[in-house]
Amino acid sequence: MSDADETADTAELQDNVGQQFGRLPATPADREVAGRASRQEVVEFFDERFGIEPAVFEEFSFWEKGKGKIWVFADEMPTPIRIEGLGMTVLRTRQEHWKPTHSAVQRFGRHASQNVIDLTPEQAATVARGEDQDLPEWEGDWGYLIAAHELAGEREPIGVGLYVYDELRSTVPKGNQEALSVL
Amino acid sequence: MNPLERYAPLVEDRAAFFAACERPLPSVVRVNTITATPERARAALDEEGVGYETVEWNPNLLRLDERGPGTSWPYFHGWLHGQEEVSALPAMVLDPQPGETVWDSCAAPGSKTTQLSALMDDTGIVVGNDNNLGRLSALRHNAERLGVTNLAVTNQDGRNFSLKPFGFDAFDRAIVDAPCSCEGTIRKNPDTLDQWTLEHVHSVAAIQKGILSRAIQATRPGGTVVYSTCTFAPEENEAVVDHVLETEDCAVVGFDNPLESRPGVTEWDDETYDPSVEKTHRIYPHLNDTGGFYCAKLEVTA
Repeated sequence: MSDADETADTAELQDNVGQQFGRLPATPADREVAGRASRQEVVEFFDERFGIEPAVFEEFSFWEKGKGKIWVFADEMPTPIRIEGLGMTVLRTRQEHWKPTHSAVQRFGRHASQNVIDLTPEQAATVARGEDQDLPEWEGDWGYLIAAHELAGEREPIGVGLYVYDELRSTVPKGNQEALSVL
Repeated sequence: MNPLERYAPLVEDRAAFFAACERPLPSVVRVNTITATPERARAALDEEGVGYETVEWNPNLLRLDERGPGTSWPYFHGWLHGQEEVSALPAMVLDPQPGETVWDSCAAPGSKTTQLSALMDDTGIVVGNDNNLGRLSALRHNAERLGVTNLAVTNQDGRNFSLKPFGFDAFDRAIVDAPCSCEGTIRKNPDTLDQWTLEHVHSVAAIQKGILSRAIQATRPGGTVVYSTCTFAPEENEAVVDHVLETEDCAVVGFDNPLESRPGVTEWDDETYDPSVEKTHRIYPHLNDTGGFYCAKLEVTA
C-alpha cells in the first residue's frame, strides 16, 4: 500500500510522532495512528515469512518510533513514551516489503523454520563481510531470507540476506560487518 | 609526581602495586548468556583456534590468549562482549532477578548494563541512563548487538532522575557505576593520570554523591543499591558512601567477594568515615591481576 492510499484510508487517524515510542495496536481495527502496523500483523509476518511461532513473542510488547521502525521490548511501558530507546529494533514497516533487522534475526532467527538459507563456511564469511554473492542453487522464495551457518554444532543465524536474481545480497549493517575466518 | 603515590600507605605491597599498574591488562570477554551458553561460546572459540582460559570466579568470563574479541564468529553473533574482569563484579553483587525493575544510572557504553540484562534472563526492565547523548549511541549499539530486549534507554542527569515517563514509582535495585577519576584504568589507558588533579577528584565526588543519593531515593525500601568506581581515591569511594549514610535512608551491607580485596578505609587525609564502610571492598591491581576497583553494597532502609 502506498503512502497516498494510507492517508486516504485513515483520514481521521492521528499522525505518527517520530520522537516518541507508541505501542502498536493489537489489531488493525484498533489502529489510532495512521499507517501504524499492528501487533497482530508483526507477529503474523514473522510466522508467515519465517515460521517463527507467535508464542515466541507472547511476553513482548511492540513499539513504533520513527517512521515505520518497529521495536520489541521484553516488558510493558506506558504509551506514548519519550525516551531514547526501548528494547531493540526488529522490523522496518511502512514499505512494500517489510524487512527484519539484523539484530532481530540474530536474536529470534533460531526459532525460524522456513526461508532460512544454510550457507557453506565460505558463503557465510561472504555474508558477514557484507558482500553479495551468486547463489543460483537456492530454489526457495525470493526476498528477505535468514542467512545461517553451522557453528559449534548447531545452526546459527548470521543476518538478513536479500535473495533476487540468483544472487544473495548481504544486508549486514556496516557497523557489524567483519572479515571472519572460513570455518 | 605520580598521583598513585598518595595510595602507597594503603597498599601493603607497594612494589607489587606499582608493578601491576605498569602491566597491560589481560583481554577478557564475557559470554552473553542471552544468546549463548558458556559451553557453546567456548566450543566456537575452539573451532576458531582462539585460546582462552576460564576465569575461576565466573564461568561466563574468559581470558583470551591474544587478540581482542572483535574478529571472531562468536563475537559477530553477539555471544561475547569485551569486558574487563573486575568490572563484571558490581552487577554480580547487585544480583538482579528475572522480572525485576533495575536502574543503571551511568550506563554507557553498556558492559554492565547488558550484563544486568543477561542476569535477568532478558526479562523485566533495565533502565539504562546516561547524561552523555554521544555515549548513548554506544550503549544502544552494544545492547542491540547482544540481543538485549529488556532495556529502556534514557538521557537524563542522574542526580535528579525522573521516574515520570514510566509506569512505576520505584526500582527494585539500582547500580551507580559512577564517572570517576579512573585511576584504576591505568593499565588500560596509561595516560589516564596525565590530567589528574585533586580539584577534579573533589568535583567528580560531588557528582557521585548526587547520583548515589538519587539512586537510594529511587529504590524501594528493602531494595539494593551497588556503588562502584574504577578509582582508588577515598574521596570518591568511602567518602561518597559515608555521605549517603548520613543523608539518605540506607545501610552498608557486606558481601562475599570472589576476588581478593581489602576493606574500605575509615580514615583518610584528616577525614574519618562511618565504621561500616569497612564492609565495602577495595580491589588493587596486584591482588587479582585486574584493573583497580571499588565496590559497595547498600540496602535501602526506608
